[in-house]
Amino acid sequence: MRRIFLTTLLSLGFASQVTAEAGGNAERGEALFRQCAGCHQVGEGAEHRIGPSLNGVFDRSAGAAEGFRYSNAMERTATGGLVWTYESLDTFIENPRNLVSGTRMSFRGIANQKDRDDLLAYLRLFSASPANIPEAAPTAKGLDHDFDPEILAISGDPAYGEYLSNECTTCHLLSGNDNGIPSITNWPVEDFVIALHAYKNAKRLHPVMQMMAGRLSNEEIAALAAYFKSLDQ
Amino acid sequence: MKLNRRKFIGTTAAASALLAAPMAIGSGHGRAKVVVIGGGAGGATAARYIAKDSNGEIDVTLVEPTRTYYTCFFSNLYIGGFREIDSIAHSYGTLASEYGVNVIHDWAISVDRDAKTVTLAGGSALSYDKLILSPGIDFVDGAVPGWDLNSQNAMPHAYKAGSQTELLKAQIEAMPEGGTFAMVAPPNPFRCPPGPYERVSMVAHRLRDINPTAKIIVADPKEKFSKMALFQEGWADNYSGMIDWIGADFGGGNVEVDPHAMTVSIDGEVTSVDACNVIPAMKAGRIAEMAGVTDGNWAPVNANDMSSKMDENVYVLGDATSQGDMPKSGFSANSQAKVCANSVRGALTGSSVFPARYSNTCWSLIDTDNGVKVGATYEATEEKIAKVDGFISATGESVDLRAATYRESVGWYDGITADMFG
Ligand SMILES: Cc1cc2nc3c(=O)[nH]c(=O)nc-3n(C[C@H](O)[C@H](O)[C@H](O)COP(=O)(O)OP(=O)(O)OC[C@H]3O[C@@H](n4cnc5c(N)ncnc54)[C@H](O)[C@@H]3O)c2cc1C
Ligand code: HEC
Ligand code: HEC
Repeated sequence: MRRIFLTTLLSLGFASQVTAEAGGNAERGEALFRQCAGCHQVGEGAEHRIGPSLNGVFDRSAGAAEGFRYSNAMERTATGGLVWTYESLDTFIENPRNLVSGTRMSFRGIANQKDRDDLLAYLRLFSASPANIPEAAPTAKGLDHDFDPEILAISGDPAYGEYLSNECTTCHLLSGNDNGIPSITNWPVEDFVIALHAYKNAKRLHPVMQMMAGRLSNEEIAALAAYFKSLDQ
Repeated sequence: MKLNRRKFIGTTAAASALLAAPMAIGSGHGRAKVVVIGGGAGGATAARYIAKDSNGEIDVTLVEPTRTYYTCFFSNLYIGGFREIDSIAHSYGTLASEYGVNVIHDWAISVDRDAKTVTLAGGSALSYDKLILSPGIDFVDGAVPGWDLNSQNAMPHAYKAGSQTELLKAQIEAMPEGGTFAMVAPPNPFRCPPGPYERVSMVAHRLRDINPTAKIIVADPKEKFSKMALFQEGWADNYSGMIDWIGADFGGGNVEVDPHAMTVSIDGEVTSVDACNVIPAMKAGRIAEMAGVTDGNWAPVNANDMSSKMDENVYVLGDATSQGDMPKSGFSANSQAKVCANSVRGALTGSSVFPARYSNTCWSLIDTDNGVKVGATYEATEEKIAKVDGFISATGESVDLRAATYRESVGWYDGITADMFG
């Protein structure tokens, strides 16, 4: 079962040009890590708890900590090639469902960029050679978080969404079954919008969905979200 | 879960995307009539969408001779032993009972475009306001010297799925130890560009299990083919030494077969074969030609709505068309059908007509849990359906990614067949 976990508009607040800088304050990050510590350990002797140990997470493939059982959603994402870089971690911690809609990490995310920078600076201390961690090139896709909270305020037209959905139902079953392609019915509108924008912005890696979302406008994404949500009743 | 599909009909549509829909009323004889010829990927989808979305305002008749439609997609997986034949069989019951489509199991034998009628083999005539043709393919006569439709039992094409596919599989399984299987591949353009090569993979898969010293020869009139690098990598990795692909530059296009003697001559060299799959050059299903909407082998259509360039009241879908950049696939036919349905509904009932958008993804299975894919999106231009963006699997992908790709294809199969038949 997917966790349905409503986000506030604010937790999506990567409105402006946000570049993930490495210059965070690790000391402050340590204090911020308390938000994670209920589920994760990091540092000497860290073990898997509710979440996997976060030692060596930088540059590791997602879903790859030995001996930890990840959710199917995380495994699917990992198979798609997601690697934990500064940038992808930043996106994940901002809101885990940016990258993995059905993740078992029930955590609403950290909206504040400075907080994320500091936290990541702290986590970096526990990866093999933090000095050598490559910075994402300035041109790398996804650095421009063009996701504006206003996007969520667009109210989608379900009739147009229904027409657009015709393109989706060649693969996604309207019955809501997942026979190899994930279910997309009955999602909270926010999660749906977040997921499609993540493909559109190439933060999620799947080539089919990047292509499908790549040509959807913000209004079209909103219309689709409204339509698929409307199947609920 | 039961959906309320009709709920939003009549609400105002997104202004940003609306095109003006001219109001046209069925020709004064009650409900507007749509006749669809061919209940495959294009026709079944179009019939279902028009019936489902028109709120009973349009009378939809589907003419299809067979009661059971075997999808060509995944028929190669049946040959490889990954699917049962029943799992690729579909009936028209739901289209009739749930959507009110009038399904007639008969052949259409002629179309009178002036009178707007279709005559069926059984003798009756159907009148239409809009006619949709999705008859798939037929073979070009004389394309492979020595072969004609009378030889299809000795050397099956298996390019229309069903008994032909079963026959081919049985012949492959009956090959003597160390025997030879030959395929004569078709020239462009043809149904399902990766289809022959997925088939070669599936035949190799089956033979590796039951007859590992058997050989596979492919005579191909082309120099390259869809997903070539991916297939060749897969063949080298998984079926090393089994598959001899002979392309045009080595005489693969210079072929003659003898279905009685069971020989294949490639560039003058005669080989005895134990099973032979002849896939001749293709053209639009004959009824398209009889309706007078073809130009050469295919039916040209307008990219914005799939209407025939010859007749605004006739639409052609799927493999039978020449439309531009889309490959002849079930996915494409299904995608085109939805654009056509939206437009036909708009013309007959005044419902909103939204701009065309097309897409395609074709998966192929190379070996167990080793799937690859290629896909693209398309838009309508004045001239044709033009490719916008695309992707293809890479060589050297991880085992996990290939397995995930295969799982996706299984999900897609259920998706598209539900989209076609309800
Ligand atoms: C081996 C193989 C593998 C394939 N794999 C894939 C794949 O993985 N993915 C994919 O997307 N596509 C695949 N395809 C291609 C796909 O099957 C076709 O592109 C698709 O079926 C085309 O749809 P269509 O509506 O044009 O024709 P069809 O689906 O062939 O439907 C045509 C229908 O019209 C009927 N008909 C013909 N003439 C008349 C008449 N005169 N009166 C009444 N009815 C008539 C026929 O009985 C038939 O049912 C594959 C094809 C093959 C052969
Ligand atoms: C409520 C428990 C919980 C909290 C709080 C939590 N996580 Fe997680 N986290 C998880 C679980 C469970 C997973 C595995 C997710 C899955 O399999 O879907 C996970 C996965 C991760 C991963 C991916 C690890 C990998 O190996 O792929 C990262 C990175 C991560 N968490 C970082 C954080 C950070 C940083 C915080 C604090 C800001 C945090 N988490 C807070 C439970 C939690
Ligand atoms: C060609 C098949 C195909 C089509 C067409 C398609 N999708 Fe997808 N979709 C997939 C696959 C495969 C995935 C899983 C991708 C991944 O692992 O990231 C997916 C994932 C998704 C997800 C995220 C699911 C999750 O659990 O994280 C959403 C949302 C989605 N699709 C929406 C859509 C919408 C909306 C459309 C139509 C505009 C569409 N898809 C069209 C195949 C398709």
